[in-house]
Amino acid sequence: MEKKDEEKGKTIKIGPKLLELLSELGEMELEDVEIEVEELEIQLQPMTGAPAQPLKAAVAKPEAPAKPAEILKAPFKPLIEEYPGRIREVKLGATKGEGGSRGKTVIVGGENSPSYYLFERAPPHPPVISVDVFDIPISLPKTVKNYVKEVMGDPAEWARMAVEKFRADLVTVELMSTDPLIKDAPPKEAAKTVEEVLQAVDVPIIVGGCGDPRKDAEVFIKVAEVAHGERVLLSSLTLDMDEAKVLEKVARAASEHGHAVLAFTALDLNRAKELNRKLYSYVPADSIIMDLTTAALGYGLEYTFSIHERARMAALMGDEELQHPTLSGTTNAWAAREAWMKLPPEWEPRELRGPLWETVTALSLFLAGVDIFMMMHPYAIRTMKRIIEEFSSMGKAKPEKISDWVSMKI
Amino acid sequence: MSEREIKRGATELSPIEVYMLLPKTNCRKCGEENCMAFAVKLVNRETSLNKCPELEKEEYGDARRKLEELLAPPIKEITIGTGDRAVKVGGKLVLYRHEFTYHNPTPIAIDVTDEMPLKGSDGEEGLLDRIRRIEGFSYNYIGRSLGLDMIAIRSTSNDPSAFKFAVENIVKATELPLILCSFDPNVMEAGLVAAYKRRPLIYAATRDNWREMAELALMYKCPLAVFAPGDPELIRSLSKTLIDYGVQDLMLDPGTFTDEGLSDTINIFTMIRRNAIKGGDKLLGFPLIGAPITAWINGGDPKEAAFKESYVAAMLLSRYCDLLIMHSLEGWAQLPVLIWRFNIYTDPRKPVSVEPGLRVFGSPDENSPVMLTTNYALTYFTVESDIKKANIDCYLIVVDTEGISVESAVAGRYLTADKIAEAIKETGIEKKVNHRYLIIPGLAARLSGETEEALGGDWRVLVGPKDSSGIPEFLKSKWPPKEEE
Repeated sequence: MEKKDEEKGKTIKIGPKLLELLSELGEMELEDVEIEVEELEIQLQPMTGAPAQPLKAAVAKPEAPAKPAEILKAPFKPLIEEYPGRIREVKLGATKGEGGSRGKTVIVGGENSPSYYLFERAPPHPPVISVDVFDIPISLPKTVKNYVKEVMGDPAEWARMAVEKFRADLVTVELMSTDPLIKDAPPKEAAKTVEEVLQAVDVPIIVGGCGDPRKDAEVFIKVAEVAHGERVLLSSLTLDMDEAKVLEKVARAASEHGHAVLAFTALDLNRAKELNRKLYSYVPADSIIMDLTTAALGYGLEYTFSIHERARMAALMGDEELQHPTLSGTTNAWAAREAWMKLPPEWEPRELRGPLWETVTALSLFLAGVDIFMMMHPYAIRTMKRIIEEFSSMGKAKPEKISDWVSMKI
Repeated sequence: MSEREIKRGATELSPIEVYMLLPKTNCRKCGEENCMAFAVKLVNRETSLNKCPELEKEEYGDARRKLEELLAPPIKEITIGTGDRAVKVGGKLVLYRHEFTYHNPTPIAIDVTDEMPLKGSDGEEGLLDRIRRIEGFSYNYIGRSLGLDMIAIRSTSNDPSAFKFAVENIVKATELPLILCSFDPNVMEAGLVAAYKRRPLIYAATRDNWREMAELALMYKCPLAVFAPGDPELIRSLSKTLIDYGVQDLMLDPGTFTDEGLSDTINIFTMIRRNAIKGGDKLLGFPLIGAPITAWINGGDPKEAAFKESYVAAMLLSRYCDLLIMHSLEGWAQLPVLIWRFNIYTDPRKPVSVEPGLRVFGSPDENSPVMLTTNYALTYFTVESDIKKANIDCYLIVVDTEGISVESAVAGRYLTADKIAEAIKETGIEKKVNHRYLIIPGLAARLSGETEEALGGDWRVLVGPKDSSGIPEFLKSKWPPKEEE
């Protein structure tokens, strides 16, 4: 106690002088002088003491202009913009009254501001999450497999789990079995799987093909027919289908049976517009959703991010061919080896790294304006749901909660 | 306010406009062929005015001032730290990445406190150990080392002498730039005495302490952060006040809320940046600080806190944060943040690619495998690292897919049977090996038939694994290929 007082006394005596010196020296550039200051400084520990006196030294500079004595008010007004364009609304699923059998329907799109500029205009519909369900057992990252191994190979049961347990807004039935390189299952069989899933859950569904343009066309035509009126989303229609001369057939079938289509292009807005133009001949514009390709974090996500920002901005500025809601195959995040691979211990556990990878991939595109996320890991889905809910409004921040983060104990 | 009425953006500056103000002597002292070339580089932000010695002359004083004004980014660039490890923050020119490459990748500061023992014991982490961990943190990604950049020293003791002691020891232990964190001016001054020569960031001036913090910033010539959580009006008012007070190097922290209020955080960052860049608001034209470290404020499960801290950091990287203060040193949590930062600061016009052509690994002979991949940098380096790790002697043909990865290149027709055939001919591989087996990536499986056709039936195509980590096992079971009947 005695010692402390003594030190305090010392500081008050020496402190102001040193600080005065320092404040003057601050403007000099002589190296040797600086060294002297450092020596002085070492003699002066510990530095406690009132700031009031040293501060006077600086205030006393003769030519200094008058410094404000209190906070000068400067009002803040955010820049608000108007946009000539607006994203079309697309409805997925149909209730009994609408000719289908869904208990719930989903509307996406309708934005007339950049994504989540809540200060400007809140989006009319929040983004939604569709959970992937595969029709045959497939190899999945272990972290994901752990949650779904009991339902693997049973798409109806898997779909039920996605809705009841993971709170999926939609379900995507991935018809992997139809791939000519895998099982080459016939369209009829695939359509039956779709019917089973439609019976198992009452949310709208997305039907995913295998990527082979001719086979997908056959499968989609059959699915469109058996799911008549359910307004499923066919994933996806491509320029490859156009080249294979099957695009018109499949698009007409979708339209005839009241479904929506997903227009897929690989990171190229000109091709996205070209595909949409072709589709307008057969499908109403409010039945088209765009998939501009989702690359995983670390594997080109930045291109995906920028192409979504460009597409949305162009659409808002009036490009009608891009005024469609967008979908992201966020499960592609698992194509990144950092998401699933065992790495040296300092990067483990991958059970957390994986879902975080999917979450970050999703959130980057959430900010770029994506409307539908196809997802897989329950923890990533739960996190996204929470954030979508949080972004339903602003004005909930409580400053006192973080105002003293600097001295928190962790 | 419509798009057309807004202030002219940084991307619209013309080289001619800049050239007209240059000395036009074509003296080449800047290292460029002539003044016009220098002007182009200035506009592209690839060089700076101080490369031109002529502009130092008095007769060019006016021109230099005009050039500085013309080239000044709407977000001021602030330097924290000294020497090689100093970081530049801010200096941003545009809102969207596709308008112009983002500059100055967001540095990440990791916290330490002044109550940590210097050396750890019994599971308690020591200050110096933590600093070594921060410095040593590194992940190898497409041939580059990704790491952490700064140390944020928090005074949890609120005791000036404890803070000074900690700062002194940190200054001795590391060259990394520092952020001194305390709202108490006495504590701050104690830290500054020990560290001011290293030009630390003073964190932070608030509604209550701004005057004392401003004096400290002026006296010690250090940049000053402004903290006003959830209150952009107070941020703007404090900015005005501090500028009038004479403090020029400011940084703004509008508060990071990681749970309730996350939407406010992202919206406030966006509003501030938009007003600064599109509205030309000088009071808001300073770098923004995000502090996802607040995810730890409620205690709870450390894994959940690290998870949240990580994705909030990633969101802030996408939405205008110029400096991040974080806590977690968990590799799994930092990795996505480091990679996302690296990614969004690359040039959006150019995919990161490598030279196409033939690569030779180990000492292959005429019977060694021939594999194929794309020239997207990430794909290439991943394959390269897997081949090297397994000590495989082989040839690898890198096809020019314009820097697109295998899957997208197949989908977008950047990788086609014809391109593969062309690459086979160009690389002269047919003279190097006796066999005619080509291993293509699993993700390009659907090209196998067409490729055999394109190569005139001379070659057999083997479909390799989907991920190059499967190459060693693939070769073990499939190479050399069994003779076909």
